[in-house]
Amino acid sequence: MSAVISAQNLSLTFQTNDGPVHALKDVDLTIEPGEFVSFIGPSGCGKTTFLRCIAGLETPTAGMLRVNGMTPDEARRNRAYGYVFQSAGLYPWRTIGGNIRLPLEIMGYAKSDMADRVQHVLKLVELDGFERKFPWQLSGGMQQRASIARALAFDADILLMDEPFGALDEIVRDHLNEQLLKLWAKTGKTVGFVTHSIPEAVYLSTKIVVMSPRPGRITDVIESTLPRERPLDLRETPEFLALSHRVREGLRAGHSYD
Amino acid sequence: MRNFLPILAVLGGIVLLWYLAVAPMNIRVALDQAERAGAVIVPEGSVARRAVPALKLMIDNSDHVTAGYQLDRPRLPTPAQVGQEFWKTTGEMALNGRAWSKRSLIYHAWITLQSTLWGFALGTTIGILGAVAIVYSRVADMSLMPWAIISQTIPIVALAPMIIVVSSQLGVDGRGFPKAIISAYLCFFPVLVGMVKGLRAPETSQLDLLKTYDANGWQSFFKLRLPASLPFLFTSLKVGVAAALVGTIVGELPTGAISGLGARILIGDQFGTPLAIWSALFAAAILAGLLVTLLDLLQRIALGRMGAPS
Repeated sequence: MSAVISAQNLSLTFQTNDGPVHALKDVDLTIEPGEFVSFIGPSGCGKTTFLRCIAGLETPTAGMLRVNGMTPDEARRNRAYGYVFQSAGLYPWRTIGGNIRLPLEIMGYAKSDMADRVQHVLKLVELDGFERKFPWQLSGGMQQRASIARALAFDADILLMDEPFGALDEIVRDHLNEQLLKLWAKTGKTVGFVTHSIPEAVYLSTKIVVMSPRPGRITDVIESTLPRERPLDLRETPEFLALSHRVREGLRAGHSYD
Repeated sequence: MRNFLPILAVLGGIVLLWYLAVAPMNIRVALDQAERAGAVIVPEGSVARRAVPALKLMIDNSDHVTAGYQLDRPRLPTPAQVGQEFWKTTGEMALNGRAWSKRSLIYHAWITLQSTLWGFALGTTIGILGAVAIVYSRVADMSLMPWAIISQTIPIVALAPMIIVVSSQLGVDGRGFPKAIISAYLCFFPVLVGMVKGLRAPETSQLDLLKTYDANGWQSFFKLRLPASLPFLFTSLKVGVAAALVGTIVGELPTGAISGLGARILIGDQFGTPLAIWSALFAAAILAGLLVTLLDLLQRIALGRMGAPS
């Protein structure tokens, strides 16, 4: 299997008025196809920056980064991934269906194909019947599901999610986590998922990347021992708690010097 | 009905204040006329009365206060007088088939409306194009915006004659063209400012999203920036159309124009016929009201179709 995403010695330094900020320093990481990888760490650890580098929204200042064997820019032009932001960012003047059609319109899909795809992804995120509703008529959780549907509408085999459930309450979040796992099982996509919730990271991931700030770097990469089938009550098992503990240790280690 | 009550109350208040103001405003003219007709007025003589406050004149000559409400050339006409004059020069003439006579306000409003619409179209186009340039080019942002702001600090009455002189020097016949230019000059600014704000309204994440789709510049303009700017555009269009009307009227004032609402106001002033001024003013206000209402209607339809909660 060839890696979907591979990073070697990746660094990104922002030049600011207060001097250089090392958002990422010497990051090495390989993500295999079909993996669910969570990036966890305190703010400023570069987890979002790393995801944005993969998406070609930021340009690394050093090191090598390959997405599907291409540079991030090429991968972006090849529409290799769907990106989900923390805010659903649905266009208020478009219906839910219209929002999902947006990437398809830009990428020049045929009209008949669009309609099929919209129906398909709406079913995937359990929003069938909401096609003609406008975003303001949906709850925050439903809006975020619609934005996930939008990222799934075209054939990208990578799904990048930047704290997609960060603004939602715990109950909605649990529900969406469960749904996301099902969705991942059904579609077999490779997922990069930024979060600052330990239970969320452990519950969802096959691989947990623990990061720490100043400079942004990876302190631990944890391969999950949990089974692929994950009911919500898995979170009370000793195995789950052990993994959570290791993540917490990793976070603490990264923080020990400040 | 509940909504109409406050509106009618305010309107009633304005009319009442207006009627109350007529008496002190017109008392001197009314007393002069009465004195000439042989009545005894305290104090005697127009010149002597200049030193006396209007209220004291009203108290001392209370018999003649009501005369102030029926003057031919009042300083301040009553609402009823203005209404009568307005009806005489609009509805009544239209009923007699003389709507396009040169004495009809409908004719003059039409002249003004034409220039206003040309100026509005021109100003809106300039405003939108300027906003696009400013949003997409830092150079334009730094070079155009200061001039746009400076342009609005110059009194338009000072500029209007110059525009007219220049355009006649350029061999442009007719007064419509310079009037439209002056009108566009006032109108482009609110559109420009509103559209700059509107085109910059999309959040960074929405722009990033389009980037992940590898959308090109046209796509991000027509799919994101333009629709996001529409609520701002309509608001500025409403301000813009009112400014365009003011611009046209100002363009008609200093030029010796003989048609248009501005010309009516000027002629009314020169010939001392306040009723003509007032009814031309009302015609202008009604015209502005109609234009703004029309745009408001368009806005409701457009934004309604764009899913705005009603």
